[in-house]
Amino acid sequence: MNGSATVLAVSGAEMLERQRKREGRRWRFLSVFAGLIFCSLTLDVATGPSLLGLREVLATLLSPASADAMTRAIVLDMRLPIALMALVVGAALGLGGVQMQTLLDNPLASPYTLGLAAAAGFGAALALVSGGFGLSPLLAIPAGAFAFCLLAAGLLFGLALLRHVGSQTIILAGIALLFLFQSLLSLVQFLSSPELNQQIVFWLFGSLMRTTWPMLWITLAVTVVCGVLLHRDAWKLTCLRLGEARARSLGVNVERLRLKTLALVALMTATAISFVGIIGFIGLVAPHIARMLVGEDQRFLIPLSALCGALMLSTASVVSKSIVPGALFPIGIVTALIGVPFFIWLVLSQRGRARA
Amino acid sequence: MLELDDLTLRLGGQTLVDGLNLTLQPGQLHAIIGPNGTGKTSLLRALFGELPLAKGQIRLDGQPMMPGNLAVWRQAIGYMPQNTQLDLDLSALEVVVLGRLQRLSMRLSDEDLDAALTALQALELSHLADRAMHTFSGGQRQMVLFAQVLLRQPRLMLLDEPVSALDLKHQMQLMEHLKAQTVDQGWVSLAVLHDLNLAAQFADHLIVLGEGRLQAFGPPAEVLSGELIERLYHVPADVRHDPDGQPYVRTLRAAALPG
Repeated sequence: MNGSATVLAVSGAEMLERQRKREGRRWRFLSVFAGLIFCSLTLDVATGPSLLGLREVLATLLSPASADAMTRAIVLDMRLPIALMALVVGAALGLGGVQMQTLLDNPLASPYTLGLAAAAGFGAALALVSGGFGLSPLLAIPAGAFAFCLLAAGLLFGLALLRHVGSQTIILAGIALLFLFQSLLSLVQFLSSPELNQQIVFWLFGSLMRTTWPMLWITLAVTVVCGVLLHRDAWKLTCLRLGEARARSLGVNVERLRLKTLALVALMTATAISFVGIIGFIGLVAPHIARMLVGEDQRFLIPLSALCGALMLSTASVVSKSIVPGALFPIGIVTALIGVPFFIWLVLSQRGRARA
Repeated sequence: MLELDDLTLRLGGQTLVDGLNLTLQPGQLHAIIGPNGTGKTSLLRALFGELPLAKGQIRLDGQPMMPGNLAVWRQAIGYMPQNTQLDLDLSALEVVVLGRLQRLSMRLSDEDLDAALTALQALELSHLADRAMHTFSGGQRQMVLFAQVLLRQPRLMLLDEPVSALDLKHQMQLMEHLKAQTVDQGWVSLAVLHDLNLAAQFADHLIVLGEGRLQAFGPPAEVLSGELIERLYHVPADVRHDPDGQPYVRTLRAAALPG
């Protein structure tokens, strides 16, 4: 604490100016990501089995009436919902991840590591094996996944409701749920026929290809509503990062905030996962990248985590279609294959900077 | 005015604080002293409403604390917990401004930022305003969190070992500021302190806890004695007085004892 006379002389007005500059820089990150997302969306629509030029795609997107019927059908009916779904699901996973990390004060928390994805996987497998409980598989599989995802979240809620249960306990319970539902999933796979098994495995890989416009609208509506509600608590969530006792002392009702946030996150991630299957990693990493760029200020961290998740999944979608021309790589595999080395590089370069 | 009536705290079958009766006046600084594990932190947590009362009552300006009105109760309190370990990418200014959580809008107003800056300036910390918390030393974090709690404009101030990581200069600075604000704003202030001399220097009253019971209560000059310190801490000590009557404690090494 040896502030010399020169640094002490920094005026209040100057400090205010610096704070505004810092906020300006965070706004710029948001707009840069929005721009990148637009590029990646265009690329995503342009890649696929039938080759379309970027210019053609852009023209069709901007004024559909000017394009010929064939191009319009490919761009608007087939590819656009899938490309948009990548954005929405990525955003939902990014939002879910950042709030779980905030809530549980743990950098390892994500919808995947807390067992929500595993529960959804088990629900989907159960729906497949049981023949869809009399419903069409198109409805039964998401319904099963959604129901079990919420069940797992409900168990975590129950814990969070108890007095004197800290975030560490909730994380341990989440990891226990992850193992439980993975074993149950293995059991279902063990007992089912090879054909069914193949369908289960395919669902588990995660795929955006099943997307239809109604699915997209549902996921979009849920994600936007939950995201806006989360953002309204941005200041309270920032306080929570100072520790629960201190957040309480600042006037945050920690129990209520924890339950509300957990409910929103569960609803949002359950919806996303139930339509596209298990896409790990994004929920874990997108928040970390966003945090490196804008820090803990949740007013910016929340939207940037969403944008970062959207960009990651959209890029993964482009790559999954480009690795082998004409063939499609499961996107869940791609996110981890590109994401992990990138993330390790990012973490290591950050550490280097911190030491310098 | 803060009143404690027969306050009793239990945790896991163990009695932490037993039958505490105290009346604390506004505009006065009270230091809670006593050996480790005698319920000092538990007392602050109970006053903040974080630890349920096994028996008794707490009243602030005549209003009792009840499990149903904790949110309202806490509005009047500035509470600084012991743990200041914060590894956060938030600037000091942003951390301090959170002291005004109840009135923050989505865009930080100039007024809120000015208030936070003023709190930092009052503690001569304005040069830290735009640095991130995770780059600070333990002492710097403690000072910044003190600035945050000042911003709350409380009626009751609860500080758990507020100077534990501070160097001599900043200990004096924090205590001077706390004392002056307590008098000016009419706060009821309670601070857990381990440094008996610091407590004697600044506190209007000492609340001496030992084995969960009130061992003594009163102005430092009346309360502090070699006998009390030896009884509490099992350390031989000598209490002397300045020409102006202020007591100071000198601990004695075993070798210095007669016989």
